[in-house]
Amino acid sequence: MLTALVLILLFPLLIGVALLFKSIPLLNADSIVNLLFSDNWAPNSGKFGFWPFIFSSLYVTVLSFIFSAPLCLLAAIYLTEFASARLIRIMHPVIDILAGIPSVIYGMWGILVIVPFVGDYLAPVFGLNSSGYSILAGGIVLAIMCIPYMLNMLIETFKSVPYGLKEAGFSLGATHWETIKHIVIRKSRPGIISAFGLGMAKAFGETLAVMMVVGNIARITGNPFEAGYPLPALIANNYGEMLSIPLYDSALMFAALVLFVVVLLINLVFRYLIIASNPAKV
Amino acid sequence: MNTLTAKNTDTLMEPRAIRKTKPESAISIKNLNVHAGSHHILNNINLEIPKNKVTVLLGPSGCGKTTLLKSLNKLTDLYKELDVSGSVFIGKDDILNSNHNIPALRQKMGLLSQKPYPLPVSIFKNVAYGLKLKGVKDKKLIAYNVEQKLKEVGLWEEVKDRLHSSADSLSIGQQQRLCLARGLAVKPQIILADEPTSALDPVSSKIIEERFRELKKYYTIVIVTHILRQAQRLADNVVFMHYGKIIEQGTPEAVLKNPQSSQLKEYLVDGF
Ligand SMILES: Nc1ncnc2c1ncn2[C@@H]1O[C@H](COP(=O)(O)OP(=O)(O)OP(=O)(O)O)[C@@H](O)[C@H]1O
Ligand SMILES: [Mg+2]
Repeated sequence: MLTALVLILLFPLLIGVALLFKSIPLLNADSIVNLLFSDNWAPNSGKFGFWPFIFSSLYVTVLSFIFSAPLCLLAAIYLTEFASARLIRIMHPVIDILAGIPSVIYGMWGILVIVPFVGDYLAPVFGLNSSGYSILAGGIVLAIMCIPYMLNMLIETFKSVPYGLKEAGFSLGATHWETIKHIVIRKSRPGIISAFGLGMAKAFGETLAVMMVVGNIARITGNPFEAGYPLPALIANNYGEMLSIPLYDSALMFAALVLFVVVLLINLVFRYLIIASNPAKV
Repeated sequence: MNTLTAKNTDTLMEPRAIRKTKPESAISIKNLNVHAGSHHILNNINLEIPKNKVTVLLGPSGCGKTTLLKSLNKLTDLYKELDVSGSVFIGKDDILNSNHNIPALRQKMGLLSQKPYPLPVSIFKNVAYGLKLKGVKDKKLIAYNVEQKLKEVGLWEEVKDRLHSSADSLSIGQQQRLCLARGLAVKPQIILADEPTSALDPVSSKIIEERFRELKKYYTIVIVTHILRQAQRLADNVVFMHYGKIIEQGTPEAVLKNPQSSQLKEYLVDGF
């Protein structure tokens, strides 16, 4: 038992150390600032600037968050505060099924539906030309993948607000909306932040589905209708293939290390926010 | 319905002398029925709650005391499975059958529940919340009220130096007094209390009970309790319920010392 626990606790550390160890050749060849923030990606001439990948990853993650978070929040409030008991009973298995669908299926569906939708309908609306394989498509697919996760956690959070607390709000003369706004959401703040954090971390690390729709071209663009190339896709696409190029192996390890550290950072930041937002401290 | 309204105007017209002999009702419950599916939770309740008196609801667990209390400020609305019919007159308004401004109606009543549920904000904001809902903006007025109400429940000295820390940091007994202060801050006419001391230690219980004895000068109080001694100490009027029905009611002497029904006799034997 204890050994298992220690192993579980040590695991992240072991992963981090292994990745760091393997990244050392690259870190010796170039400065870390250059590696992280240069946009010159030319492995053949020994230039490894990761910024396009990091940028793409952040971009799709933020987009997916913008699409999914408010939607999940409203849906969870609706389901826990307004919907009939029957609807909730129906929704629960539906959410579980959505959460259990393998990401390759989301990816396929993204290619079949989201990519043409973005390329053929959405881009022309903005007067743009797009193949559909784009940051935006990646963001949408990610958002859809994150929804069941976040929704589930948010529903649980809202359901755990004691009935007596809501009754207290009502009995003081609050309307239903005031009770939701001042009491339910406030009481749930740590849970909401934690749901958002886990959703974001999941989005940032998600590989397959995004890779299938995002276009995989390393460049920096603010235009969401253009292709991007997130970090996980870089690793998955190239590992085991381009390893004849010097330092490429080490570069992919470094990419994994960056991914790992960012996910860790997201977790830490949200953990801090949860503690800071704890209503016990207001 | 017509006869009820007519009767009500009559009472209003009654000359002073006669009204004095008949205690004035703060709440008048007529043919109140509450169902949850096929479960008849409250069975044709008719009850007058006298103004500025303490009415104690007694009865075995599950007999519908909490449900009766919640019907009085329409908290039953929150439970979609409950079907409420009949009339509850607060003054001359039938709150069950008029589309009343429900939040304003609820502010006429302060609710104290079995367990304290402080709002997830500071001590100060807990008490100020009802005023904020009422639209009071004047900061001085709010601060004055918060202080007054905290003094009224005997909490001021204990919390005056940490008004802005979380209400969760208070002890359970303090939280319950905070909840009372919070309820009083909206200036209710009626206090509904559902076993307000059952989760508290003896000292906090005693403080709450003493508050009630003070408060009954200014408020109509309806209180549920399982503690018969507490009922005896507090009550002007005792109502005994059993399986959703009112079995007996009257002064504490009459009801507690001289029970008529077998159900009440049994309950009292178990209780003392
Ligand atoms: N929302 C509801 N849905 C279904 N049944 C309910 C609901 N609320 C109460 N009941 C049922 O109505 C009955 C009366 O409940 P109530 O809480 O009013 O009893 P009580 O007299 O307050 O009991 P206690 O002394 O244990 O607090 C119980 O059998 C309870 O299970
Ligand atoms: Mg009860």
